[in-house]
Amino acid sequence: MLRYLVRRVLYAIPILIGVNVLTFALFFVVNTPDDMARMQLGVKRVTPEAIERWKQERGYDKPLLVNAAATGAARITDTIFWNNSLRLFAFDFGKAESDGRDIGHEIATRMGPSLAIALPVFLVGLAAYVTFALLMALFRATYLDFSGVVLCVAAMSISGMFYIIGGQFLVSKLWNLAPISGFAGGLSAWRFMVLPVAVGLVAGFGESSRWYRTIFLEEINRDYVRTARAKGLSEGRVLVHHVLRNALIPILTGVVVVIPSLFLGSLVMESFFGIPGLGSYTIDAINSQDFAVVRSMVFLGSLLYIVGLILTDISYTIVDPRIRFE
Amino acid sequence: MTFPIKPVLLWTDALVFALVAAILLFVWYMNRHEHLRMPWRKVARSTSGMVSATVLSLFILVGLLDTFHYQKALPPDKQTAEMRYASDVLSALDAIAEPLRMRQERTFSAPFSAYAHAKETMSGADGTPRRDYPRLKFGGAHLESPAAERLPDIARGVLQGVALAAMLWMFATAIITGVVAARADRRFAETSGDLWRGDLDVPWRAVLITLGLLLIVVMPLIVLSGRYHVFGTDKVGQDVFYLTLKSIRTGLVIGTVTTLVMLPFALTLGIMAGYLRGWVDDAIQYLYTTLSSIPGVLLIAAAVLMMQVYMDTHPETFDSVTRRADFRLLFLCVILGVTSWTGLCRLLRGEALKLRELEYVQAAQAFGVGPWRIMARHILPNVVHIVIITIVLGFSGLVLAEAVLSYVGVGVDPAMNSFGTMINAARLEMAREPIVWWSLAAAFVFMFLLVLSANLFADAVRDALDPRVSAQLARPVFRWHRQRGASSRHPA
Repeated sequence: MLRYLVRRVLYAIPILIGVNVLTFALFFVVNTPDDMARMQLGVKRVTPEAIERWKQERGYDKPLLVNAAATGAARITDTIFWNNSLRLFAFDFGKAESDGRDIGHEIATRMGPSLAIALPVFLVGLAAYVTFALLMALFRATYLDFSGVVLCVAAMSISGMFYIIGGQFLVSKLWNLAPISGFAGGLSAWRFMVLPVAVGLVAGFGESSRWYRTIFLEEINRDYVRTARAKGLSEGRVLVHHVLRNALIPILTGVVVVIPSLFLGSLVMESFFGIPGLGSYTIDAINSQDFAVVRSMVFLGSLLYIVGLILTDISYTIVDPRIRFE
Repeated sequence: MTFPIKPVLLWTDALVFALVAAILLFVWYMNRHEHLRMPWRKVARSTSGMVSATVLSLFILVGLLDTFHYQKALPPDKQTAEMRYASDVLSALDAIAEPLRMRQERTFSAPFSAYAHAKETMSGADGTPRRDYPRLKFGGAHLESPAAERLPDIARGVLQGVALAAMLWMFATAIITGVVAARADRRFAETSGDLWRGDLDVPWRAVLITLGLLLIVVMPLIVLSGRYHVFGTDKVGQDVFYLTLKSIRTGLVIGTVTTLVMLPFALTLGIMAGYLRGWVDDAIQYLYTTLSSIPGVLLIAAAVLMMQVYMDTHPETFDSVTRRADFRLLFLCVILGVTSWTGLCRLLRGEALKLRELEYVQAAQAFGVGPWRIMARHILPNVVHIVIITIVLGFSGLVLAEAVLSYVGVGVDPAMNSFGTMINAARLEMAREPIVWWSLAAAFVFMFLLVLSANLFADAVRDALDPRVSAQLARPVFRWHRQRGASSRHPA
């Protein structure tokens, strides 16, 4: 097990390097730092001196890959690739291009609010959707099940943004139940969390419930379920003790991988509700064309996704003792 | 010889036409092969599939109309007598909906209203300033006193529309019944009886009811849109009905052209990885694992930002707003394709791994057939169903993704009409006093209908083509707020 994990972690390194090289190519080779400087400073009426100064302040005036002017190790380290791409591996994200703040510090402080919204949505959602899907499976091939599926398909055909706009309009504007947007630290945060969490739950309902239902229905025709029924167990007990437990593997495949990415929050939700998390940070960076932040978030996102994949593997061995890694 | 119009072929137009041609070719090919026709017969027998196909075809009709682009001729230059054309590119839909496009008000107005949405200061008859709702320039402009005449006028329009709808519907019913009767070699009246009892293989009754409902709603809207702004006007006074119609093409293009872009990659790489194995497999797996580990939205954002820098520093490449917007739409399709081909590629690799062990492939190998020929002749035809299911299931996800991307600021060009830009503009209008709800409602209804019918159609196709492809394998390629699809490490 340990050896397998070590190998998995080692296998993740070339993937991260690939992500790193890809983002480097995208951000520095497709468009030169000169292009980016011109973009930031305004395309027209920009002097070459201003571009040089902009590049120098951010360290983009160095060569891309090999610094021929320097000697020794500095030939490699005193370059854009080393300073702005490889340093990401040490979680040294550098400074934002727009306001010069330290990205690493921003990420650390913004993880909390993101998690405060994403984690409840994830946990409550998982429980609620699985329960609903089990109920649909219990009443399978009846009108209850059919209307449940219709509800799911209709719900997943609505863009998530309508849920947010609708939720803000109904709950905050018409009924005055929760603040329309904003966030507060500490214990009073719950007032700001209620609406985003509720909207997140509703928005994810259709697709997830239907997916779980399909998994349960696939399990429900297996032999062991028939055996359980033949023993005289009640349908509810069969569903919870046999079907649910065996359906955990496909469910885990989809669920565990997103857990680390919960830190990143949701782009759209956070910007609509004004939550100072990583999602709104990314949106702000995209709107102000702050490439340093976008670059860091791409790297962080990939890293968390790969961590999620490894966690998925570990979770398999926990739920299914038959799975052994050699 | 001078023409009053000059046809224009934008990039996405060319791809849409290529796609239509490919689909027609595919249909023609399948029609000649009984075993390929079988699953589609099953789709044709499913009620939800046919009903959603009816709704979808209406959307596709609007989208295709909006794809024939042209430029209008200007009066020729006096000195050189050279033909000149207007710089703005129009489409066949624009030509049909010319009144909708041209009748621009000053700002917001509610659906069917003859007055603007907000009060303005006007000078009264005796010269004293007063604040009141000004009359609209076009909406209900034919009425003397809107308060008394508006409702009867609307009712008249609705009646006209319903009458038109009834005529069209009876025409369609007669044609369908006639064709069905002729193909079954039976009498018209008999077939008609069977049709309305629901005794036919294909659920024509449901199709005709759907068509009737659609026509009853659409025709009065079309009739009335000549006199009123049926969905109101937006902030700059544009007719929302027109904006909604124009948005349909954007959604359809994103949903289909993206697939066209990703298909060659996914097909060749997926089959190669599964069939050739070895280092080819390793390299391709590395490629798609790396690409799929980057969160989709972020990769798209990064790529679109880079393209924006390119477009801003090279303005000379794009000579008109339409071309610029079109290029951006194409680029968005390409980058969406790049982020979404990995899912299909993984599926195809797994399937090819399975197929290469089957007897018929081994027989081909024993006969000395080369690997490329085996892949093209024996593997490819046997994975087509997976490809079709993935394409159809992915469509609705892509339409939804467009809205999110436009909100994030990395979607289509702001000059291009799309559901995303509509929602984006409309969300601030909800906070106005008095509330402006019609843009959002129009975007909601049209998008919901499009995505819902696409979802239902996709389900019907999946059930027919392969009931065993589990939902887990064929989930949408792009999703809104979470990513699943971690089955990479457990190849079949």
